[in-house]
Amino acid sequence: MTAPVALVARDIEAGYEPGLPIVKGATITVGHGEIVALLGPNGAGKSTLMKAIAGLVPISRGAVLLGDVDITRTAAHRMVRRGLAFVPQTENVFTTMSVEENLVLAGHIAPAGTRAARVAAMLALFPDLARQRRLAAGRLSGGQRQMLAVARALMIEPSVLMLDEPSAGLSPKLVGEVFAKLSEIRASGVTILLVEQNARAALAIADRAYILADGRNRHEGAAAALAADPDIAAHYLGLGGADAGVGGRIAP
Amino acid sequence: MIDLLGYGAFFLVNALIFGVLCLGLNLQWGQTGLFNVGVAGFAAIGAYASAILTTPEAAERIGGFGWPILAGWLAAMLIAGAAAALVGLATLRLRADYLAMTTFGIAVTIQVVALNATALTGGPFGIAFIPRPFASLAETPIAFNAANLALTAAVVLGLFLVLETLTRSPWGRVLRAIREDEAAAASLGKSVNFYRLQAFAFGGAIMGLAGAMQAHFIGFIAPDNYLSILTFQVWAMLIVGGSGNNRGALIGAVVVWALWSLSSLAVGTFVAPAFQARAAALQIVAIGMALAVILLVRPRGLVGERATVSRDVEALHDEGAPAHEPVRD
Amino acid sequence: MSLQFLADGLFAGALIGLGAVGLTLTYSILRFSNFTHGDFISWGAYLALGVVSALTGWIGPAARFMPFSFGWPLIVGGLFAMALTGLLALALDAALFKPLRRTGHGIVMVIASFGASLALRAMLEFLFTSEPAYFSRAIQIAIPIGFGIRVTPDQAAMMGLALVVVIAMHLLLTRTHIGRSMRAVSENPALARVVGIDVAAVIRATWLIGGALACVSGIMLGLTVQIRPQMGFDLLLPLFAAAILGGIGSVWGAIIGGLIVGIAEAGAVQVIGSEYRSAVAFVLLIAMLLVRPRGLFGVREG
Ligand SMILES: Nc1ncnc2c1ncn2[C@@H]1O[C@H](COP(=O)(O)OP(=O)(O)O)[C@@H](O)[C@H]1O
Ligand SMILES: [Mg+2]
Repeated sequence: MTAPVALVARDIEAGYEPGLPIVKGATITVGHGEIVALLGPNGAGKSTLMKAIAGLVPISRGAVLLGDVDITRTAAHRMVRRGLAFVPQTENVFTTMSVEENLVLAGHIAPAGTRAARVAAMLALFPDLARQRRLAAGRLSGGQRQMLAVARALMIEPSVLMLDEPSAGLSPKLVGEVFAKLSEIRASGVTILLVEQNARAALAIADRAYILADGRNRHEGAAAALAADPDIAAHYLGLGGADAGVGGRIAP
Repeated sequence: MIDLLGYGAFFLVNALIFGVLCLGLNLQWGQTGLFNVGVAGFAAIGAYASAILTTPEAAERIGGFGWPILAGWLAAMLIAGAAAALVGLATLRLRADYLAMTTFGIAVTIQVVALNATALTGGPFGIAFIPRPFASLAETPIAFNAANLALTAAVVLGLFLVLETLTRSPWGRVLRAIREDEAAAASLGKSVNFYRLQAFAFGGAIMGLAGAMQAHFIGFIAPDNYLSILTFQVWAMLIVGGSGNNRGALIGAVVVWALWSLSSLAVGTFVAPAFQARAAALQIVAIGMALAVILLVRPRGLVGERATVSRDVEALHDEGAPAHEPVRD
Repeated sequence: MSLQFLADGLFAGALIGLGAVGLTLTYSILRFSNFTHGDFISWGAYLALGVVSALTGWIGPAARFMPFSFGWPLIVGGLFAMALTGLLALALDAALFKPLRRTGHGIVMVIASFGASLALRAMLEFLFTSEPAYFSRAIQIAIPIGFGIRVTPDQAAMMGLALVVVIAMHLLLTRTHIGRSMRAVSENPALARVVGIDVAAVIRATWLIGGALACVSGIMLGLTVQIRPQMGFDLLLPLFAAAILGGIGSVWGAIIGGLIVGIAEAGAVQVIGSEYRSAVAFVLLIAMLLVRPRGLFGVREG
């Protein structure tokens, strides 16, 4: 029997220093096979919440469940073994290692016989990376770097993939490519939790979304409904009208 | 009884001279966060500079200019301060570790020069007949030691007051702001490196003064006085007393020097001569471990930094990871 | 001018380089300059000496591998001592550095290592006095190898050993999981955890490897010069200079930095005499910090 939901973070309080919570009681639920977007203004605590779930920031209250396993106190390096993969917002590849080394390193927890096949599968999924496999990751372009970070996370065949602003700093065309890839990944059965500044693009592929402000839940609902609500659009999403295209944040 | 008083004064003069070294290190590390593992080197520069300038002319080496003691002290401060400024210029803009390695290197190098530049330093035999303050009283040890104690105490008091005033001044506040958060200090438009350089050079000058004071009190110096054990003793004193605190620095100097002298005395009295070298080694092991334990259980030292200090800093404090964060596991 | 100084410099440089590899590894993963590394070198030499004497005391003297001054006891003893020195480093970490990592700034660890260095050295003086000790009293005849250069068989063997160790380190760092993990932690510890690397385990491996490498330098030095409690501490400045010259974090850089320091020292001895030998490393270190602080092959800003 599988648990009804893939990931639950319930009433999370977390922060970098004791007594100074940044996330002050946030709750999110991600169902199997869903794409859930986590939106909100800069500094709302979205990245902190993601890091707390991933075990990188101490949680002072609340609980995190992956399927029906409590992972609230699980050490960060054990998360991948449980099937939870995380792509941080910045510094998400090892710049001094080659593309291939990044993938091999991430694949070390896969059974020994399957690693080479995983690397090959990732290079097939991201043909751009295949051409650059020997290049140091620090010399990749922004878009390729982001793709490598995602490929690295997928090396372990995660059940849940968490991404923190995968489109940050990318051109509109690349944003489209990244998001298309995410839809493809979801289609293969991976559950996705996605933090985005680029709310329009995120809502376009997400099933549901949460809006976080000052470390707390502010709104939640079906992605389409949130995108259509003019109030929310104006306050939190930085969206002007309803008719800009996907990735329309930067108008050419 | 008289003997004991005389010894007490002798002990205190030595302890207070260590206190001066500690005040110098406290300015660099305690106030500004600049790591210096070359304390012995700067003390050696001061000691040799003053010795060469003040000794009477000697046939076997250059120097012996016969300057007055006070002039020797001032020159010691100038030269040691200049050496510190040079080291600072090369490394203060880099990571703290590079300053550690460089100051370690300068101490080793100065030791090598003292040992080998025989024409200037007397080589392994060092320099003798360094004029001693109140030398005319040397017939009566108690008077001699008491007079020197008065002089040393006056210097320490003067230095202490100067440093306390500086600590409270805007200059001192900038130093601590730099120690706590370089980025915040820089955002206030302070030229971080220039302030650090000033503190490092002044600290070096104070160490040079201490080296000169010790040389003149004992009347004789040799390269062996300036091994890394000296640096280590001064660090132990500052850490025991609590860095960031001038009073703590002085208390630490007296406490650690008392422990050191007592244990040396015990080794000398109770250990058979054949085993004294080994017992002395064990003494160092014990002090090294004591330092480690204090770092672990009382990182702020016995006295600790006064609250005013952290209040000053809070005003400038801003969030962000420390510049030198270790890997955590 | 004889070219002998080149051979002497290369040999000293290989030894310094090996020590610097350990130092650069611990520095780039633990992020502090460890002053006890020199004392691991001394401890490594004494531990090897201890194991060798125990072995020969137990089964009697063994034949030498002609033309070298040593036989199989030194090989077995050396391997054993490498493990022991690694364990010593690990124990020191558990007792001192690990608790400080939790609470303190990195620079506090440098002070702690400075104190621990003194204690480790004094402990050797307590146990063995400062009289020099030797692996072997056998006199080695230096063999001419051309260009007026003479090399003892032991020196040649140690050069070969240094080469093997460096290549092994290179393979470890590029071909094995633990090696890649070490590189990952040195670049980005948080990301390393995200990809499933147990940082505590990597730190333990780093101490073990660093200690073992220090032990190899200690044996090289002990075999070709002598064993003294101060031997490693006296090497510390050249080690720092080599690590900075090569660029912190770079294994090949540390080796090349070591060779540069070794040859420069030997050259200086040739030109200005042996008295100022230990100042050479300092001059190189300062020059490098002024000109190019990240070193020849360094990846990160200093
Ligand atoms: N490493 C850190 N240490 C201390 N505070 C941090 C750290 N990272 C972020 N913060 C603080 O946490 C708050 C929320 O940041 P973050 O979670 O990154 O927001 P978001 O991702 O929603 O933009 C900000 O005020 C930021 O200053
Ligand atoms: Mg963020």
